Amino acid sequence: MEDLLEIGGKKIKSRFFIGTGKFSDYPLMQKAIESSGAEIVTVALRRVDLDSLRDNILEYIPKSCTVMINTSGARNAEEAIRIARLAKASGAGNWIKIEVIRDNKYLLPDNLETLKATEILVKEGFVVLPYMSPDLSMARRMVECGAAAVMPLGSPIGSNRGLKTKELIQIMVDEIKAPIIVDAGLGRPSDACECMEFGCSAVLVNTAVAISLDPVNMARAFSEGVIAGRRAYLCKIPAEKNIASPSSPLTGFLRQDK
Amino acid sequence: MITIKINGKVQTIEKKVNLLELVKSMGLACEKVVTEHNFRIVAMEEREKIVLEENDNLEIVSFVGGG
Repeated sequence: MEDLLEIGGKKIKSRFFIGTGKFSDYPLMQKAIESSGAEIVTVALRRVDLDSLRDNILEYIPKSCTVMINTSGARNAEEAIRIARLAKASGAGNWIKIEVIRDNKYLLPDNLETLKATEILVKEGFVVLPYMSPDLSMARRMVECGAAAVMPLGSPIGSNRGLKTKELIQIMVDEIKAPIIVDAGLGRPSDACECMEFGCSAVLVNTAVAISLDPVNMARAFSEGVIAGRRAYLCKIPAEKNIASPSSPLTGFLRQDK
Repeated sequence: MITIKINGKVQTIEKKVNLLELVKSMGLACEKVVTEHNFRIVAMEEREKIVLEENDNLEIVSFVGGG
């Protein structure tokens, strides 16, 4: 049976979501997306720089992918909602990653403002995936408001520090039925694999892929980490023990024990 | 000539120019940008109807890479 992730009425095969920031150019980004097999791709919305016009990034995202627009740059719910509405008007779809940040040092999200934006945008028909600091109560509220999934951070954005918030995310995985997608800070494929091993539904990675020496192969490596971790989770990873348990039979030795 | 704000910067433009004409004159592909006129989103097909006036506030945004 196929192991599909369902979000916002969409059935998704790849549990590896990819961001599009920091790639040295769009063709390279496109190759990385293709090599990862990702189906969900994030982009941001910004004022047009009239002094240096760039290509349209959407043309470099495979047509089979769902574009998820992030509200990065928003400092409160109102700004996030404004960005989401602008994104919808562009015709790029209605998948929104709500990202509300007021702290420029650690780029940690403002959960309360994120919750407010979630509530309003869900009512407006968006498929809403809030990026959040891992917190069970807040995640529950977001899901109650209609969030399609919640996206707790593993460590600060772009830090490559990996899964520093594991215990809090584990609680969310255990207690919340909606998909839990680890977003931000994952630095290596083994981080992505670990997220999947303990039951997260997907991961979103950008920086670690984009700034690596070979983003095309790194995207693939992350994607393979996700596949391995998910497969292991479905097989139910055996519990740890404090003492040894032999893997080979303890009888029939060549010597004769008395 | 009139003065309007585009993406936070004050600019001088010809009188009686509509939003569609302005976007084109800036070298922007119309379908690749989203426009907001005085904090109201303007759909692509509506741009021609918006004639810009003194002190109008315009936002012109487009998609960029992001995580």
